[in-house]
Order: sequence, then structure tokens, then C-alpha cells
Amino acid sequence: MNFVARVYVVPKPAILDPQGKAVETSLHSLGYDEVGDVRLGKYIEVKLSGDGTAGVEARVEEMCRSLLANEVIEDYRFDVESA
Amino acid sequence: MKWGVLHFPGSNDERDTVYALESILGYDARLLWHGDRNVSDCDAIVLPGGFSYGDYLRCGALARFSRVMEAVAAFAESGGPVLGICNGFQVLCEAGILPGALVQNRGLKFRCIPTELTIENNTTAFTRSFASGDRAVIPVKHGEGCYVADQRTLAEIQDNGQVVFRYTNNPNGSIDDIAGISNRHGNVVGLMPHPEHAVDPLTGVTDGQALFQSVGAWKEAA
Repeated sequence: MNFVARVYVVPKPAILDPQGKAVETSLHSLGYDEVGDVRLGKYIEVKLSGDGTAGVEARVEEMCRSLLANEVIEDYRFDVESA
Repeated sequence: MKWGVLHFPGSNDERDTVYALESILGYDARLLWHGDRNVSDCDAIVLPGGFSYGDYLRCGALARFSRVMEAVAAFAESGGPVLGICNGFQVLCEAGILPGALVQNRGLKFRCIPTELTIENNTTAFTRSFASGDRAVIPVKHGEGCYVADQRTLAEIQDNGQVVFRYTNNPNGSIDDIAGISNRHGNVVGLMPHPEHAVDPLTGVTDGQALFQSVGAWKEAA
């Protein structure tokens, strides 16, 4: 079966995110006063095959830990869908 | 003494490093290609600056999976002296050989300036020729040189004397002005400033020479 994993990686709350801050400031200067904190991260789409959702999720979890995210500075989450 | 200087696709300071080691300091040096398996003829290894693998995903994230890094990790593990400069520092952090990580400069700007450093620990393989508290002027040139670590890691490296260099005027927002750190044993050192660009009297500053010269003194003391 074919799957697609959508992985979201963002800087940890304790890590200063200067790009996010710059975007936040720009949104404020455009008049979006309701904007609070902005965090800028990455979206990674991985197409892969596997026998079932649980197994695929375990594999993607491994990929996140070993490469896609650096847990010293980043948090990640993902969802898996059959494609 | 023979030095090995790593060369990843996208490295760009490897030849300057070989020049510094051979022409200025009189050592033997050779390039180590990213696919090499064997580093056993080297007495010390440098991971140079640049943009290995295009800085894709994160700076240094992909270089750690190159074949030569297995040999470098084993060399470091067995106590061999390893110096990571700029991108090389990022690679060592991504590989988990040094603690913490390097993120985008707090001011969002690429910084290319001479920086004054304080030598906080003069017992490492690359600071043995300094006195503790010495100052050295060494240039930086980076966009992602802001050192970060969680509170526990930070306390640990402070307590173990693993903070090796601090900036007098922090150019990038690094936590506690940290410019360079070492592993617990002091044989692996990573720093953002470029000692290989501070060796030739022609270009003004030569404070970088002592980093490379330290290895000999460190080996004798060991």
C-alpha cells in the first residue's frame, strides 16, 4: 500500500525564532493587530509504501528522530494517510 | 604531524585550511573526500567551513551521513584530535559528537567580521598553546552561528569546562556568548570563527596559528 506522510517541523518554544519574529512584525505593520506569536518551520511530504498505518507511522517517527528534525532545537508532528 | 581535511560537496574552506597547515605552519596535510573510509594515516582532522550538501534541511544535517564521518566518529571516539570550523562545527553538533546546535543568527544577518575571543579553557587539543584568559582575534563569516543548548546541557558543559571560546562582542546571539565548545575529553573542538583565515601575516592577524600548533603540545602532554 502507498502512503503519504506530512511532517511539520517547528523551532522549539524555548528557541528564539528570528524569522518568525520578522514575519510577526511584518504582519503587525500590515495592521493585523490580532497576531500573536509566529513560528516559522518546515513542511515535509514523504511518499512511502508499507503494510499498514501503524507500521508506517513507526517508520516515519524513526525518520523524524534520525534526520528530519533536530530534537535539540525542533519539535515535530506528522500525520499519515493512504495515497 | 599529518592533518586530514574533510571535503564534502559544498565545502569551501578546505583548500584554505590545507594552505594554512602546509604553507604557513609547515605540517603535512591532505584532503579527505566524503566517500573515504580510511583516516588512519592522519594525526588530526579538520572539518572545514562551507555549505556541505548545500545546507539542505539544516546546516550540517546531511554531511553526518557521509561515509567518511563513520571513520571520523571512530577517530574522535578513540581520542584523536578533531577540529570543526563553522560548517564543520555544525556537522559535529548534528552528528551528536558535540552537544547543542547552531541556528540562524539572532539579527538575521550574515556576519563577516573579525571577532575577539577569550580562551576559556586552555587544556583542549586546540587551545593548549594559549594561556587561560588569553584573547585572540579571529574572523567569523556565517549566517547560522547562534549556539543554543537546553538548560541542562548548558549547565553540564559549563561545569565540565567544555566552553572553550567566548566572544567579547557577541556577533550572532549565541547563548552566553559561546563561540566554541569541546567534548568532555577535550579532543574534539568546534567553533564558528575561522582560525585558518587568521594565520598569514599578509592578511593582518595570525592568532589562528596557535589553535593548530596546540595539537603538538597537547599530544606531548597526554
